[in-house]
Amino acid sequence: MKTCLIVDDSRVVRKVAQKIFEDLGFACSEAEDGQKAVEACKAGMPDVILLDWNMPVMSGIEFLQVLRKTEGGDAPKVIFCTTENEFSFIEKALEAGANEYIMKPFDKEIVQSKLLQIGAI
Amino acid sequence: MNDLDYKFFEELLKRESGLIITPEKLYLLESRLLPLAQKQGIQGGLEGLARQMRACRDAALTRAVVEAMTTNETSFFRDNTPFQRLKEDILPVFLKSRATQRSLRIWSAACSSGQEPYSVAMTLKEHPQLAGWRFEIVATDLSQDILAQAKAGVYSQFEVQRGLPIQMLVKYFTKQGDNWAFKPELKDMIAFKEANLLGDLKHLGHFDIVLCRNVLIYFDVPTKGKVLSTLKGATREDGVLFLGGAETVIGISDAFRPLANVRGVYVRDDSTFMAEKKPAAPVPPVSAAQK
Repeated sequence: MKTCLIVDDSRVVRKVAQKIFEDLGFACSEAEDGQKAVEACKAGMPDVILLDWNMPVMSGIEFLQVLRKTEGGDAPKVIFCTTENEFSFIEKALEAGANEYIMKPFDKEIVQSKLLQIGAI
Repeated sequence: MNDLDYKFFEELLKRESGLIITPEKLYLLESRLLPLAQKQGIQGGLEGLARQMRACRDAALTRAVVEAMTTNETSFFRDNTPFQRLKEDILPVFLKSRATQRSLRIWSAACSSGQEPYSVAMTLKEHPQLAGWRFEIVATDLSQDILAQAKAGVYSQFEVQRGLPIQMLVKYFTKQGDNWAFKPELKDMIAFKEANLLGDLKHLGHFDIVLCRNVLIYFDVPTKGKVLSTLKGATREDGVLFLGGAETVIGISDAFRPLANVRGVYVRDDSTFMAEKKPAAPVPPVSAAQK
């Protein structure tokens, strides 16, 4: 079974995302900030990471920069999922090594189409 | 709604657009035409609308009814596979057969709000071997409203997230307030024109690639046959036709036949699409053991 790490400081968003990913056949785990996500990844790299931008302790973009420098950290497909919808944010995310980018609000169809595009399902 | 009114709309829509309203689609008449009747200030709901249209022939009102009833459901790179096939199986053939002209004419029939022709334009732009080629994409629809929207090339945040890879959003769009607009380099590749698939479309000329996806499903068999023969007239002898995943020509028309091993793609019955690949490899001799 493919695995997905959902990184978001909102418990509600994590629950909504978890339901969508489980319906798409993923086993999910959660992290509430970038630092906790780093620890989760060191314990075991997931196949896909759904990543919020603005979080306490460590932001999504900081997490991504750390992840891509970590051993084995180039493997997970990272999908940003954030309310940040300005051009400059998207470009910055792609430069840092994001594979896809979802602008909130999102639904199952958007998640599914993004996963298809990056070949994760 | 009484049977007479139902018959009236059924016949009108069939005649004007080929759309078939089966009894189980009756709810569509209500959900789409009631708001229209209200907007036009017509009393008495659908009965009132039918009464007024019978009383005097009003081309503008007829057109509004047809536009309200024809569905406009679409997304970028809808169904994904056809665009894969275009890139991997179809364009390589044209790379050879049009190597001298270095130009392609493409028709997106029933283009709705434009996602299909723009997806084609991006597919062509992304193909490294097609750099420097000339493209003419003609996108048609019978609805003026939807064509105006397609021509503007402006999409909501929700729309640009359906089927469109983020790299393409960054490359081909600019942000306009809360919306996203295609850059001129993409818009300039496409000519948007109003056209009805049931009408005479000779003026559009001939095309190398025709996309008419998820349109035939709304028509009855004789109308499908008529549209397919129109499409044949618009497809070059060595051109191809893309139909929707749930559509086929088998048992409907002899104008096209499926292209072997490429799902959803059809060639004319008298096609020369793969002509340069003939003659095929010689048949291997049957070995003694097989005899």
